[in-house]
Amino acid sequence: MEDAKKLKEFQAKIDAEIKIEPKDWMPEDYRKHLQRQISQHAHSEVIGMQPEGNWISRAPSLRAKVVLLAKIQDEAGHGQYLYSAAETLGKSRDEYIEELQTEKAKYSSIFNYPTLTWADMGAVGWLVDGAAIVNQVSLQRTSYGPYARAMVRICKEESFHQRQGYEIIAHMAQGTPEQKAMAQDALNRFWWPSIMMFGPHDSDSPNTGNATKWKIKRETNDELRQKFIDKTVGQAEIIGLTIPDPDLKWNEARGHYDFGKMDWDEFWNVVKGNGPCNKQRLDHHKKAHAEGKWVREAALTYAHKEKQKQLVA
Amino acid sequence: MLETPPLANGGREGLKMTTKDALIKYCLRLGDTSLILGQRMAEWCSNGPTLEEDIALTNLSLDFFGQARTMLSYAGELEGKGKSEDDFAFKRNEREFYNTLLSERPNGHFGDTIARNFLHDAFLYHLYSALRNSKDEIIAAHSAKSIKEVTYHLRHSSEWMVRLGGGTEESHQKIQDSINDLWMFTGDLFAMNEVDEILIKEGIAVNLKDIKKNWDNTVNEVLHRATLQRPEDAYMQSGSLEGRHAECLGHLLAEMQFLPRAYPEATW
Repeated sequence: MEDAKKLKEFQAKIDAEIKIEPKDWMPEDYRKHLQRQISQHAHSEVIGMQPEGNWISRAPSLRAKVVLLAKIQDEAGHGQYLYSAAETLGKSRDEYIEELQTEKAKYSSIFNYPTLTWADMGAVGWLVDGAAIVNQVSLQRTSYGPYARAMVRICKEESFHQRQGYEIIAHMAQGTPEQKAMAQDALNRFWWPSIMMFGPHDSDSPNTGNATKWKIKRETNDELRQKFIDKTVGQAEIIGLTIPDPDLKWNEARGHYDFGKMDWDEFWNVVKGNGPCNKQRLDHHKKAHAEGKWVREAALTYAHKEKQKQLVA
Repeated sequence: MLETPPLANGGREGLKMTTKDALIKYCLRLGDTSLILGQRMAEWCSNGPTLEEDIALTNLSLDFFGQARTMLSYAGELEGKGKSEDDFAFKRNEREFYNTLLSERPNGHFGDTIARNFLHDAFLYHLYSALRNSKDEIIAAHSAKSIKEVTYHLRHSSEWMVRLGGGTEESHQKIQDSINDLWMFTGDLFAMNEVDEILIKEGIAVNLKDIKKNWDNTVNEVLHRATLQRPEDAYMQSGSLEGRHAECLGHLLAEMQFLPRAYPEATW
């Protein structure tokens, strides 16, 4: 009875576009959905440091090196405040990390693809961050306050990342024949996984449930995917690269690009752990975490000892 | 017609080294040291013990790369042959690098990195403090900017020295071992040659014997707070002034220089 009344009030707030805050009452499913979504988002930022980190030591100029490093650092920062937002839902960062490492939680599948050439630093920024932005811009209006506010901040930095990725690939596309080939190859490899980042077709999306009613999700997977494709096609044309989809063409009647079939078998395989880098990414995370254990313990022990000293004094 | 031989031998073959030649070498020393430390610290990305520390470690890397870019660009300007910061970073070989032997030491575990950085930060802190009064305007301005960064670097590494030294038994032992292992590379920080001789006379460089005294004080003070023992001064490695390095530098450079070397025609 009580819950039915609370649920009604909760829905009224959502409908009136009033943000839900950590101390407000919320349905358990709403909390769980957000814990899953925000932590998955945080894990994606952190795991996403690896494919780009793969090229810091080999960046071809000092300028390119510092720009890339600063970008990856931004992602670590995004991870940090997304974990903080997720913690407001009553679970600690350690618990979330535990879920990641025991594969109870996921991260964006795109990071299970390898970065093979320097052009991939362009493709990742341009396409992967580009796709992420479309989703995150939409999430700035999500109903949970801490998540929406984190998104506002993240979007500012992500749009800078996307421009920077585009700069890398555009420069290579105008470069030597080898550079141009690397740029096209990067687009070929990252195009389909990027457009699948938006998730399954609306008709097959398992986690939507109440997410739309509760305004956690403001636009559907297919709507977001279409937005991304529409804005990206022209960007590829300008720099003379070809999107690897023979079915891609402008549909005057729809006012959108039509595009070919995505390989959902591949998508689900990578989600299930069979991508080229799933094991590598997770092993890397576990290794760094395990190697840092003695350091975290030392810092805690030292802080404890200092506190004791102060109490005695 | 034969060209005038370059100054690779420090002018020892009867050619007198000019102030400008000495200054170029000096810029390369400072620039290379920052570059190599930057490259080492960047290796920590996604490997830090916490997310916060990961960000802190790569922040140090960014500072070092910034310092390197200033000094390598200045070396190119002084030389006047149109060489860029990237030409110096990516197109020189192992024996043409003048970074300190300490800066190139591999990261090892977190304690090894902290110990290396601490010993090095204390050196750069006192060096840049003194070089703020250099008669060379660019060196003075570079030092005035760098001292701000190096001050917090030293604070960061000192605090970790104290935390690890005073933390658990394991951390105490680890950080003591790290200091012991790195100690033989600290003598090279203070090595001087003709370059220093010329530049000290001009008021451009500083006498590293003076820096050593300050370094000793800082190191002793922090080791004391960290409840760690200062190693005995045994045999010290040397060679950075002649571009003679440890094997690890070649691997670092091979990785760092791969793209510009593989595609010499390309710009990025």
